[in-house]
Amino acid sequence: MTLAVFFGCTFIAFGPAFSLFIFTIARDPLRIIILIAGAFFWLVSLLLSSLIWFIAVKASNPQDEQLQKGLLIFGVMFSVLLQEAFRFLYYKLLRKAIEGLVALSEDGCSPISIQQMAYVAGVGFGLMSGAFSMINLLADSLGPGTVGIHGDSQLYFLTSAFMTMVLIFLHTFWGILFFHGCEHRRWWEIAAVVIMHLTVSGLSFCNPLYVGSLVPSYLLMVGAAAWAYLLSGGSAQNLRRFLLCKCCSRRGGGDTLGLMGCQDWYHWTPNGSEKGIIPLSPRPEKQVVF
Amino acid sequence: MSEESEESVPLLPLQQESMASALFNTDQNDNSERRRHDNSERRRNDNAESETNGQPQSNVQQVVEQDEEEDEELTLKYGAKHVIMLFVPVTLCMVVVVATIKSVSFYTRKDGQLIYTPFTEETETVGQRALNSILNAAIMISVIIVMTILLVVLYKYRCYKVIHGWLIISSLLLLFFFSFIYLGEVFKTYNVAMDYITVALMIWNFGVVGMICIHWKGPLRLQQAYLIMISALMALVFIKYLPEWTAWLILAVISVYDLIAVLCPKGPLRMLVETAQERNETLFPALIYSSTMIWLVNMAEEDPEAQRKSKNSTYDKKAPANRTQNEDADADDGGFSQEWQQQRDNRIGPIESTPESRAAVQALPSNSQTSEDPEERGVKLGLGDFIFYSVLVGKASATASGDWNTTLACFVAILIVCCSAFSPQEMNSLLVFASSSSLSAKVESSSD
Repeated sequence: MTLAVFFGCTFIAFGPAFSLFIFTIARDPLRIIILIAGAFFWLVSLLLSSLIWFIAVKASNPQDEQLQKGLLIFGVMFSVLLQEAFRFLYYKLLRKAIEGLVALSEDGCSPISIQQMAYVAGVGFGLMSGAFSMINLLADSLGPGTVGIHGDSQLYFLTSAFMTMVLIFLHTFWGILFFHGCEHRRWWEIAAVVIMHLTVSGLSFCNPLYVGSLVPSYLLMVGAAAWAYLLSGGSAQNLRRFLLCKCCSRRGGGDTLGLMGCQDWYHWTPNGSEKGIIPLSPRPEKQVVF
Repeated sequence: MSEESEESVPLLPLQQESMASALFNTDQNDNSERRRHDNSERRRNDNAESETNGQPQSNVQQVVEQDEEEDEELTLKYGAKHVIMLFVPVTLCMVVVVATIKSVSFYTRKDGQLIYTPFTEETETVGQRALNSILNAAIMISVIIVMTILLVVLYKYRCYKVIHGWLIISSLLLLFFFSFIYLGEVFKTYNVAMDYITVALMIWNFGVVGMICIHWKGPLRLQQAYLIMISALMALVFIKYLPEWTAWLILAVISVYDLIAVLCPKGPLRMLVETAQERNETLFPALIYSSTMIWLVNMAEEDPEAQRKSKNSTYDKKAPANRTQNEDADADDGGFSQEWQQQRDNRIGPIESTPESRAAVQALPSNSQTSEDPEERGVKLGLGDFIFYSVLVGKASATASGDWNTTLACFVAILIVCCSAFSPQEMNSLLVFASSSSLSAKVESSSD
C-alpha cells in the first residue's frame, strides 16, 4: 500500500490519458469544454442506469445470490446500452453545435471538425469512466492495509489500474468509430461499438481470472485503435512517415492531432454559399484539407 | 508609398476622430474595447493592404454596424476562453475546500450552529427535522435579502465610507481570525508543534498583505490567490456550521434568489450593477474575482513628457536653447519607442501621434477598464459564486461517507453550470451588451 502503490496505479491508469489531454486538448478552450461536457454526459448515463439498478435491487430479495448476480449482470448490460445511447445524444448535440459555430464564424468553417470532436468526446467519456472506476481505489491505497488478505487476489489494485487504462483508450476509439458511423449512416459501425463495449464489460465478470478479462480487452483495444486510425485517414504510409519524422506534404493542415492523416471526411461549403449546410458524404474532388 | 503617407497625414485627424467616436459610441463596457482592438486586429491581418492606409476611415455608422455584427462572433470566440478562465479559480477553490474537508476533521465536527439557524436538526421525527430546516433556511435567506437591500441602499445614496468600512471589517475578520483558526486546526491535524510568536508573525503577514492586495494594489496573481483563499475559508465556515438539510435548502433557495435578484428589473443586484454602470464605476474589489488587472485611467499622462523635457534640459544645460527645443520635439514621441512605432506603422499604416492627438484621445470619456492585450479580456465572477460552489462540493464530500465519486460528480456538474450561458455573470454581460447596443443605436439615429 501507501504512496508507491498510489502513484504507480495513478500513473498506470491515468498517465496516457493525461498526456493525451495535455498535448491535444489543453491548448484549446473549446476542446476543454467539449471534454467536460462529454464527461458530464457519461455521468448522467451512469446516474440513470445506477438508479434503475438500485431500484431493482431494493425491490428484490437480498438473500437470493443467483438473483443478485443476475441483477448485477442486467445492471451492467443496461448501463452499457445507456452509455452508448448518451454517446449518440452527445453526437446530436455536437452536430447542432457545429452548425452554430459555422454560422457564426468569419469564413464559413467551423473552428473544430466533427472528428476532432469525436476524439475529444471519447476522451471525455473515457476519463470520467476511468475516474469513477479508480478514485475510491486510489484513496484506499493511501491508507494502511494489505491487499487480498482475506484470500482475494493480491493484484487487485494493479489489474484495476490496467483495466482502467484500457477502458479509457477504448472509449476514445469508440468515440471516433461511433461518430464516424453516425456521420456516414453506417449502422454496422455503431453496432460494432456497442457489441465491443458489451463484450468488454461482460468479460469483466471473469475476474478474478484476470487473464480472461485483461488480455481480450487489450486485443480489442488494438483492433479498435487500428480501425479508428484507418477511419481517420491514416494508412501504413502515414504511419511510416510519422515514425520516420518526415514532414507531411499536405499544406495548411489545421488538424493539430498530428497522428491523423490528411484526408477529411467532408467538404465545407466555402464562404459565400449557404452557411450551415454540411453534406454528409465525402467528395474527394472538392476536398478541403482541414 | 510617399503619396500615401502624405495623404495619411491630413487624414489623421479624421482617423483619430472616427476612432474616437467609435470609442464614444460603444461606451463604457468591455465590448467597446474589444471591438476597437478587433478592428485593429483585422487590419493587422490584412497584411499587405491595410484598410486605413490612404483611405479615410468609413463613416461612423458603418463602423458601428459592423462592430455589432462582429460582436456576436467575438462573444462566442472569447466565450470559450472566458469559461476556461473561470474554470481554474473555481477548481482551485473547490480543491482547497475538499482537501481541507477530507483531512482536517474540525470542519466536519458538529460544534453547534450559527445564530442565523437557531432550529436544531437533531429532532425526533423526520417531519420535525424538515420543518426546522425550512425555518432555518427562511431565516437565513431573509437575512441575506435584508443585507443585500441595505448594501444597495447605501450604494445608491453614496455612503461609500460605510460600505468600505463594512467590507474592511469583514475582510479583516476573514483574513485574520478565520485563517488563524484554520491554521490552528491544520497544525492540530498534522501534529505540528508551534509557538504563538511564530503564529502571530505568520498571521500578521498573511493578513496585512491580504488587505493590501484586496483593497488596494498588488500583483494580480496574489490578489486572485487571496480571493480564492477567503472564499474557501468562508465556504468552510458554512460547511461546518450549517446542518445538512438546512445547507441543501439554503443552496437551492439562494440559486433561485440569485436569478430573481439579477433578472428582475427591481432586483437589488441588478440595480446595483446598473447604478455602478451609470456612474461609470467599478464594483467593489473585495467582492469580485477578476481575471485581469483594472488599470487606472490616464496611465500615459502629460507628466512623463514634462519629466522627459526637464531631463533633456538638464542633460543639455550647456547646449543652445534651440537645439534643446529640437531634441524635445524629437524625443516627445509620447513614450513610444522607435521600434514600436515601426511595428505599428507596418501593421496599420502610418499614424502619427502628436501631443495634440493624444490629448484629444485622452480628453474623451474613456472607460475605466482598459487592457493591454485585447485577447486577455477579463472575466469577472462574484465571490458569492465561489463560496456557493465550494459549499456544494464540500457538503457533498463531507456527508458522502468518504465516497470520492460523489465529490467528483458534483465537481463536474458545477463545471457544466459554469459553462452554461445562464450564469448570472453572463446575464450581466448580456444586459450590458444590450444596453450598449441600444445606446449606439440612439447615437446613430441622432447623427442621421
